Amino acid sequence: MYTTNLNFDKNKKESGKVEALEGGPEAEAFQAKLDQDLMVEPKDWMPEAYRKTLIRQISQHAHSEVVGMLPEGNWISRAPTLKRKAILLAKVQDEGGHGLYLYSAVETLGVSRDEVVALLLNGTAKYSTIFNYPTLNWADIGAIGWLVDGAAIMNQIPLQRCSYGPYARAMVRVCKEESFHQRQGYEIMLAMANGNAAQKEMAQDALNRWWWPSLMMFGPPDDNSPNSAQSMAWKIKRFSNDELRQKFIDVTVPQADVLGLKIPDPDLKWNKKTSHYDIGEIDWDEFYQVVKGNGVCNRDRLRARNDAHQNGQWVRDAAMAYDEKRRKRAA
Amino acid sequence: MSKEWPLYEVFIRSKNGLSHRHAGSVHAADPEMALEAARDVYTRRQEGVSLWVVPSTEIIASDPGDQEMLFKPAKDKIYRHPTFYNIPKEVKHL
Repeated sequence: MYTTNLNFDKNKKESGKVEALEGGPEAEAFQAKLDQDLMVEPKDWMPEAYRKTLIRQISQHAHSEVVGMLPEGNWISRAPTLKRKAILLAKVQDEGGHGLYLYSAVETLGVSRDEVVALLLNGTAKYSTIFNYPTLNWADIGAIGWLVDGAAIMNQIPLQRCSYGPYARAMVRVCKEESFHQRQGYEIMLAMANGNAAQKEMAQDALNRWWWPSLMMFGPPDDNSPNSAQSMAWKIKRFSNDELRQKFIDVTVPQADVLGLKIPDPDLKWNKKTSHYDIGEIDWDEFYQVVKGNGVCNRDRLRARNDAHQNGQWVRDAAMAYDEKRRKRAA
Repeated sequence: MSKEWPLYEVFIRSKNGLSHRHAGSVHAADPEMALEAARDVYTRRQEGVSLWVVPSTEIIASDPGDQEMLFKPAKDKIYRHPTFYNIPKEVKHL
């Protein structure tokens, strides 16, 4: 999965302005590295703002993976067959694994796991808006795999070439695993779309509810994405939000046709001139409402994460105490 | 806040005949738990046949700032490579 590239810094930079690098030979070497498409590795010199941007982006990406386990976990106990249940369990476990690859990457930047997790739990750090929508019927699990993981793949493929080594390497692993997620989701949709009338209706209902939020996953439109230019200059980001969104739309619309389902957008049409699909207006008010914490499930998600963290505290403490005791005895 | 579990670096041998390679890291209360966590996090798809976990604090790394001092001296010693030497074509097996 993927985090919306959100930046809500108090000292927000002017739109589109590329920050001047701190001077000095290290700064020059850093820029030269980026110009040659070489990777930056942990402990290499880097501008403080580059480090901070990465910490924010990678940790929020990690949080998205972890929070992303909740809407799907909701259906593990109610999967329609043992096969679907085993698949969903494996997928949700993968999401947890993806979160851990990413926390591992962010820790190379000099922050601790506890620090970044604390920011999630107290509501300071963001995670992808998509996970604040509820999973109401089984077809939602299909729609999430197909659309949400599909959008995530679009975003994550270019991140495999991002300039920070540990992040890029984590993305290589994630992308390898993500393809299974999307295909299992599409297969669920296929089974339901070819099922009885009620099942097909559930599939259409899931598509209706997940289509627009999936498009919002790519983040605000380019003219309203103040930090994109800097991220592009740093080669953290390789394509703009709108470019990735358009790619996703172009590959997904024909997939809906195969399912015999209708994309819920009366303005959707093929544009011969541009060789892309044109779409209707995205409801950005809804997006910003969800970002601000007013989505259907924001509070549930945060509560679930906090409960899990607090209820596991005694286990973590006990394991640590046991290790300390053992070491003392051995000494 | 109570104490954070220590960090362990994870290395995987993907198959016999190849060296262990760094894969990432896990937090764990003790080494056994670190191995179990590494197995769950990094080998869900048979990525390895052997795992190493090493407390991150035990790894001694070179300073990137010393890169030039450490590695550049080898650059002008091209006579360390076999292609440096001109040998007549008719000489075989050399």
